Order: sequence, then C-alpha cells, then structure tokens
Amino acid sequence: MTTESLKTTVLTELGNIAPELDGEVVDPDADLREEFDIDSMDFLNFVIALHKRLDVDIPESDYAKLNSINAVVTYLEAAAAG
Amino acid sequence: MPSLGADMDAGTLVEWLKHPGDPVARGDIIAVVETQKGAIEVEVFDQGTVAKLLVEEGATVPVGTPLAVINGGEVASEAPAAPTPAVTQAEPRPPRAAPAAVSVRSAGLRASPAARRLASERNVDLAGLIGSGPGGAIVRADVERTADLVPEAEIASPPEDKARLEMRQAIAASMARSKREIPHYYVSTTIDLTPVETWLAQANADRPPTTRLLVSAPLLKAVAIALRRFPEFNGSYLDGAVRPSDRIHCGMAIALRRGGLVAPAVHDTDKCPVDDLMVALLDLVKRARGGGLRSSELSDPTITVTSLGERGVDALFGVIYPPQVAIIGFGTPRVGPWVVDGQITARTLVTASLSADHRVSDGHRGSLFLAEIDRLLQEPEML
Repeated sequence: MTTESLKTTVLTELGNIAPELDGEVVDPDADLREEFDIDSMDFLNFVIALHKRLDVDIPESDYAKLNSINAVVTYLEAAAAG
Repeated sequence: MPSLGADMDAGTLVEWLKHPGDPVARGDIIAVVETQKGAIEVEVFDQGTVAKLLVEEGATVPVGTPLAVINGGEVASEAPAAPTPAVTQAEPRPPRAAPAAVSVRSAGLRASPAARRLASERNVDLAGLIGSGPGGAIVRADVERTADLVPEAEIASPPEDKARLEMRQAIAASMARSKREIPHYYVSTTIDLTPVETWLAQANADRPPTTRLLVSAPLLKAVAIALRRFPEFNGSYLDGAVRPSDRIHCGMAIALRRGGLVAPAVHDTDKCPVDDLMVALLDLVKRARGGGLRSSELSDPTITVTSLGERGVDALFGVIYPPQVAIIGFGTPRVGPWVVDGQITARTLVTASLSADHRVSDGHRGSLFLAEIDRLLQEPEML
C-alpha cells in the first residue's frame, strides 16, 4: 500500500471514530488523542479497525508510538515492510 | 410508553417493528421510540401475539400510555390496526414555513422605487400597506415599519443540534433534581492500581485487538461484586422509600461526542465474566454513540459508575442520577509515590470516590464499600 493510500485509510478510520471532524483539515503531526479527543475505548476501536483493514496487529506496548497521523502511517509502513 | 429517565414525560413512537399477528417473546424489540436521550428500542415484557397497535407512528404520547395490546399465546381476534408506513429514522421536525414570497405589484400601485426594493427584500406585500407618501404612495418608511412586524422565518436547526440540545435539557433537569432532592455525602480513597495494570498488560499481550481488555472492565466488575456486601448502595429511592434491588445492574457513564451523557446498564454486572463485560461495554458505547440503546438499559441501572478515562484529572465526584442512591467516580490513573513495605516507590494510582444518598446510607458504610472495591482490585485475577 502506498503512503498516500495508507494515510487515507488512517484518516477514514479516524473519521469513523470522530465523525464530527469529517471534511475538516487536521494537522497530521498534532497529538492524535488531543486533536480528535479520543479516549482509550476509541483508540482500541481504531486499532481493531486497522487490524481488520490492513491485517496489522498493533501490540499494546506500541500504542505510545501512534501519537499523530504521520506517526501512525510511519508505523504501519514499517509493519508492512517488516 | 415506558419511562426511560427520571424526567421523561413523553416519547414519540417512531417505528413499529412488530405488527398485529406477530408473535413476541420477552425481550423482543417491539418499537423504536424517540426521547430526549435519542432513539431507544423498546422491549416487550410479555409473551404472546400482538393483537393491536394503539399508537400511530409519529405520535407523541405521555409516559404510561398503553402502546399495544398483546394477547398471551393466542392469535388476535380483534381487527388489526391499519398498517402505517414504516419509517427508518426519526424524521426531523420540519422548519416553520417561511412567509410566502410575494411579488411586488407594479401596475396600479404607487410606491417609491426604494419601497419596492425593500418590500421585495423583506417579503412584504405592498398591496397590504397604507402609504404615507404623497397621494397615498407607499414610501420606504412604510415598508420598514411593516417589515419589523413580519416574523422572520425560523431557521431550522439541523436535527442533530436539536437532538443535542434536548439531551442537554434532559441532563440538566435530572441533575438539578438530583441536587435539589438528594442529600449527597462524599467519601474518596486512593487505590494502588498497579496489580490491575500488570494483570491487564499480561492478558492483552497475548490477545488480538478485538479481545483486549480496558481498565474499565475490571473496575466495573469490582464495583459490582462489592455491591453484594453493601446492598444499601444498590437500588433506588422512590416516593419516600428505599427500594433495594436484588439484582446488580451497573450503569456505565458514556460521554457522547460533542456533548451529552448516557449511563446505560450492563445487566447482572456481578455475574458477568470480565471478558464478556468488555464485549458488553464496547457494544454499549457503540450503541450509545450510534443509536440503538434499549429501554431496559436506560431504566434498569441500580448504580452508576463514571470515570474520567485517560485524559482527565485526579478525582471525579459524580452527581447521583435519580432515582439511584449512589454513584462511583474514578479519576484518571496516574503514577505517584506510594509506600510499599515501608519504602516509598512509584505505583500507578487511581482515586475512587463515592457520592451517596444520605437518606439511605452513611459515611461509615460508604467508606467500607470503597475499601471493599480497593481490596477486590488488589487481586484482579479473582474478578
């Protein structure tokens, strides 16, 4: 998957969690949890959605790395490659 | 029409899901009702066959109004109610109609160009005006005077904002009532959450995301089990009398995005294994935010548990949701200094609070209840 399509996937899944932000411009380096007002249940649903769509298992110990949209994309690219 | 909250007076029947002649069993969803808390699925308590639907789709009726007749186990002999067209969603209330646009009559009516322009802009019918200009001509001032009296078309608020406003009003009403009628007392304690945290990390390391546990599951379970030994915190206070419940249904406070709060129950929380509790919580949150909560989930909680989650502050003191008699609040877990075996060390801590109805219980029992929750959380594998 290309970086662009990964980014689209990530944005789509975030949009599913925070539907009121659909269509809004978001800062890809801003802290995800702050920017989208995401709690741990939302975050779990996000991880589950990424797992289903991309077949990537993100262990709990890696959650801290997923702190911005760009960070998530970078993580997913590395996971796909590795 | 069931009562789904302390201050609900009426509900709108949006959609019938069962029709005359359909068999129903206890727990089946028979209709969708629109309330200030959103669209709620109404469950049937009786077994039998639907004989007659008494309320039409779209009708708003007071709480307590019979909605349907169900014959126990028999085929209906009465003529069924005329079928109504099914609607899939609550229709937004239509905006109040704008005043009909009027065309400005030109021939035969003397009015200044400025008056005509203004009348056209403001949808004022020149024919209805008495002119104050020369020869009875209508001048701009005449239009201005009238235009001020024309009510502006109500801007239809988007249905979603209206729903949010109604939910806010429902919350305001029940919280105000709670503070007016329930004499609250408060106790709190700091709990070492490290054993729970360690246990969760170990359990989740081996699980795919779909079955991972969040801390709210063991917290809720600990409250439910503790309630078995402290029944005075489980139930309701209605019409001047305490009504303890013999079953434990913990309501979980769920924040809705863009404001609003619901606290639907997980039935028989104390009997639910932690894994199943997690599945139930995920499902409740999904339906709380997306629609589809059931009437029993809203009317049955015997206590509420509220939590600040990961992004909050140390402590939360809840307001009891009438007619319940207690609410447990959990602050945000934090790393802090703690004494273990006489030494200061860093542990994960959480502040738990109890707000309780002083007509029903007192601080001594309240503190023992919190202490029991603490004790249960020190052995999470036993939950």
